[in-house]
Amino acid sequence: MIALIDYGAGNVGSVLKAVQYLGYPARAVNRPELLSSAEKIIFPGQGHFGAMMNALAERRMLEPLSRALEAGMPFLGICLGLQALYEGSDEAPDAPGLGVLPGRVRRFEGVFKVPHVGWSQLEVRSQNGIFRGVLDGSFVYYCHSYFAPVTQETAAVTEYGQWYAAAVETKNIWAVQFHPEKSGDIGLRVLKNFLEA
Amino acid sequence: MLAKRIIPCLDCKDGRVVKGVQFVDLRDAGDPAELAEVYNREGADELVMLDISASREGRATLMDTVNRVARKLFIPLTVGGGVRALDDARRLLSAGADKVAVNTGAVECPDLIAELAGRYGRQAVVVAIDARRHAASSPSGTSKSDERRAGNGNAWQVLTYGGTRETGLDAVEWARKVEALGAGEILLTSMDADGTQMGFDCELTHIIARTVHIPVIASGGAGAPEHFAEVFLRGAADAALAASIFHFGTHSIRSLKEYLRTQGVPVRLS
Repeated sequence: MIALIDYGAGNVGSVLKAVQYLGYPARAVNRPELLSSAEKIIFPGQGHFGAMMNALAERRMLEPLSRALEAGMPFLGICLGLQALYEGSDEAPDAPGLGVLPGRVRRFEGVFKVPHVGWSQLEVRSQNGIFRGVLDGSFVYYCHSYFAPVTQETAAVTEYGQWYAAAVETKNIWAVQFHPEKSGDIGLRVLKNFLEA
Repeated sequence: MLAKRIIPCLDCKDGRVVKGVQFVDLRDAGDPAELAEVYNREGADELVMLDISASREGRATLMDTVNRVARKLFIPLTVGGGVRALDDARRLLSAGADKVAVNTGAVECPDLIAELAGRYGRQAVVVAIDARRHAASSPSGTSKSDERRAGNGNAWQVLTYGGTRETGLDAVEWARKVEALGAGEILLTSMDADGTQMGFDCELTHIIARTVHIPVIASGGAGAPEHFAEVFLRGAADAALAASIFHFGTHSIRSLKEYLRTQGVPVRLS
């Protein structure tokens, strides 16, 4: 059973639809007790960083989630679900992130339109796990005002004003800034790679 | 590079796609779910569905239609038509829409925009603006209308109720206001150009696209691939929406994108 973390705001519905379309049983989970029995966890984040971390804390999901990540539970973060992995975000200076990855999430600067909305290209750095079968230069759908820094764990980058982490992959932890449930066939392939791994 | 988006629009009435000029002489253009699948395969970047039923029975049919369309669609879907309250949006989003479009509802109650953005996030809120040049200014431009246009941008006013009612609201000012209230994107339709297939209103689009810091989707007037190139290159549109040109097989999305690429417009093409 794939557990989709549902903290009250987000695109859980469309991700759930995509996972089920690919043939995997999945359910939205909003209580920590339901996390431990999952085979894999998907975290579709959306909205405000601070509101998200608070909602997770309120539902007592933060600790169980951190422990699951440490214990090697396969994890896929989407959009804000990728940003949550870092130390924190300028969007909510008082709300620490999970701190699994180094660095802070910052707001786009020096671009006329914010958020970054639409299809941009991936510069794929690692073609084995998350991007198996996905060509370098493929377009995926984005909708975000904040971006994560490029680190060793970055599996692909995209450019919007600056180059930033489009996806990360480190041991059991995968995450994408774009919306795989809205990125057509390429997005479904990314989801499939996670579900099959 | 961020691609310019090509967005087919399905005007739906009682579960069927229809198309007409200025809502008169509606022609049946097919089943929404079937058309959605065709456009998806052809490379549409997003899909917009607007309900023009404006009746209670029409609304129920719409939910079912959204459900059927969304089932196998993995690109963004925006649905609008008669959204007046939070509850209308909630139903559309649960039926499978990713974004909700508001038009008349927003003009009559601007707070609706802030409410929707607050509840669902601004990325889920598209404000549709129907604009028409004031009677005294004409596209072909006499010196008086040139003055007016060059002056304070008062050349276009906002229309409501499917383009049938004048509000006297200045389109540029309204665009600024909706951005401030929380709109994630603006769907800008030129009511002068709509249905004519003679090109988008690039002037209107350019002014608004360079005024707000949110994406602007140009709509109204698409009749040829050249029109799209113009609205992207001269009109500074972030996306372009069209219906007839796609529904009746005049042009395919793929061939349109291939043409746009030759014109230096960044597009999503495999």
